[in-house]
Amino acid sequence: MTPRETKPGGSRPKLAVWKFSSCDGCQLTLLDCEDELLDIADAVEIAYFLEATRTTQPGPYDVSLVEGSISTAHEVERIQEIRRDSRILITIGACATAGGIQALRNSMDHESLKASVYPSPQFIDALDTSTPIADHVSVDYELRGCPIDKHQLVEAITALLKGRKPSIPDYSQCTECKLAGTACVMVTKGIPCLGPVTQGGCGNLCPRVGRGCYGCFGPKEGANTAALAADLAALGADRRTIRDLFGGFTAGAPAFAEERSRHDG
Amino acid sequence: MDRAADTSVVTPAGGLDALIEVLRARGYQVWGAQETDGALTLGPIASASDLPRGRIEAAEAGTVRLIDGPRDAFFDHTLPMQGLKRAVYPAEERLYEVGMDMAAEEDPVEAPPLAVLGLRPCDLAALETLTAVFEDGPFVDTRFRRRREALLLIAVNCMRPAATCFCASMNTGPRAEGGFDLVLDEILEDDRHVFVVGAGSAKGREILDALSGEPAGEADLKTARAGSRACAEAQQRRMGEDVEALLKRNYEHPHWAAVAERCLSCANCTLVCPTCFCGTVEDRSSLDGAQAERWRRWDSCFSLDFSYLHGGAVRTETASRYRQWITHKLSHWHDQFGQSGCVGCGRCIAWCPVGIDITAEVAALAAAERTAGQAGKEA
Ligand code: SF4
Ligand code: SF4
Ligand code: SF4
Repeated sequence: MTPRETKPGGSRPKLAVWKFSSCDGCQLTLLDCEDELLDIADAVEIAYFLEATRTTQPGPYDVSLVEGSISTAHEVERIQEIRRDSRILITIGACATAGGIQALRNSMDHESLKASVYPSPQFIDALDTSTPIADHVSVDYELRGCPIDKHQLVEAITALLKGRKPSIPDYSQCTECKLAGTACVMVTKGIPCLGPVTQGGCGNLCPRVGRGCYGCFGPKEGANTAALAADLAALGADRRTIRDLFGGFTAGAPAFAEERSRHDG
Repeated sequence: MDRAADTSVVTPAGGLDALIEVLRARGYQVWGAQETDGALTLGPIASASDLPRGRIEAAEAGTVRLIDGPRDAFFDHTLPMQGLKRAVYPAEERLYEVGMDMAAEEDPVEAPPLAVLGLRPCDLAALETLTAVFEDGPFVDTRFRRRREALLLIAVNCMRPAATCFCASMNTGPRAEGGFDLVLDEILEDDRHVFVVGAGSAKGREILDALSGEPAGEADLKTARAGSRACAEAQQRRMGEDVEALLKRNYEHPHWAAVAERCLSCANCTLVCPTCFCGTVEDRSSLDGAQAERWRRWDSCFSLDFSYLHGGAVRTETASRYRQWITHKLSHWHDQFGQSGCVGCGRCIAWCPVGIDITAEVAALAAAERTAGQAGKEA
């Protein structure tokens, strides 16, 4: 059922935007939709979006956009409430879909990590792990990226308003290079790149300017990270470089976390 | 007998600019290879000085480096990263737009006359291959046809192969036998740098007549043919014999899993291939729902979505995707279009990030089959 179908009489579907452990960059993408923002505000009722307005309305909500990872005990409970209050729940960004950069702590000793960062670690009330939303509640759609891509966000909202499936491609970042006509940085310069195992969608941001892909959109389906790692080693990358490459914004995604741990130590 | 020979003229190396001028005067935009970001790309050139003169590719499986070549030739390099495909089949384009009245208006095809200078024989063969796909049979892709008809094809016969080339074993090069409007042979001797220019069509003939030059002598034609022969002999890779049947005998073979260990299913091979034609069609709508658009973009048999049928994807494993690609290219293409889908350009080898080599995979499969056969006999 589409949000619109749930609203006979022409009232607009209610949209809510939620924040968990994150930097707010993905929510900001919604405000960055300058050209489309008025159309979005026409099409949906923005019922809960603290980044934009303090005025809030109670649930239930037709569409919830959820940013951030689950990193505290309070967040574990809060996401359950939001799920109960949301007809469609879309996770947005690397934190919500993979645990974010803060998931690097998942493979470390949290107590000593806290002590090494904070002068008074006893005040830090956080879980030992940072986990994606889908580990806690069912998720209807996910938008990858650090931050998410504005076009994918608009597409997701547009599609759900019309009751069709959002068109979010699952192809590799390499596909974006070739569609854009970007010369491969691995092949022409030997620069390590996560593109072959990373889902596309960012708009080819890094390879387009001669940098390797950092994997912000997380592993593509069937990511053959072992084969890429072997090739990077053949190009001359040492274990640490390879480990760190898989330890970026989507370090917590299982395919990347496993490859990273294979290069630990 | 060289088809172009009886009409050829010899023009000094500076004649390239004269040729470009003649093309411009006839309303053509001129494209050629040029060096951008460490790769050769195909795009508009203002004069012959935009060409990557003196440069060659040091290409190997998974590696391409542009370096200075041994001499000052214009065309010792070989292939731009992506060939002519982009010009006739854009990576992404809007097909039409529909409003609330449901009247669909097709986007017009902008196809101004385009002269492409320096096309290699394999890329000419690739254009013919694509043309058969898009234009032969009951359904003609008119967008493709309009763009193709706007092309003036100026081929260059290769004198130097890249390490990834294997056109000789696919019978598509290194000497163009037809399909061009004009064809050039570059002759660079100690004190002499000339082009032998031949025509392959009425359009080409007319342009040739506008160029100043001497009729080509037998000595130059001989040098040109010898250069092509030497180029064929210098090729380091070749496609094995009877691939079509080899692949058909081996739909089930442990080798496919062995390739999948290395393959990243990243799709680079298909997207640089000048004959891969698959695309997907996608509908987009505006937020208020008042307008919808239909777009087409390149797709690849290496993506999961590609084989999505009702309920799920058919080719979930990389092994089945690689097998689909290579069997279509080298085997089922014959059933479908009466020819091979591979022209031996070697792009898929050079631009595969992990250097998977179509000729080596065929050779490995053939070797595995032979070994199994011998083991069978001995048992
Ligand atoms: S630059 Fe990276 S993403 Fe682009 S084709 Fe090369 S390996 Fe793939
Ligand atoms: S063969 Fe190479 S280029 Fe093709 S999908 Fe596999 S890894 Fe990518
Ligand atoms: S399969 Fe490879 S060698 Fe053959 S035409 Fe395509 S890119 Fe060129």
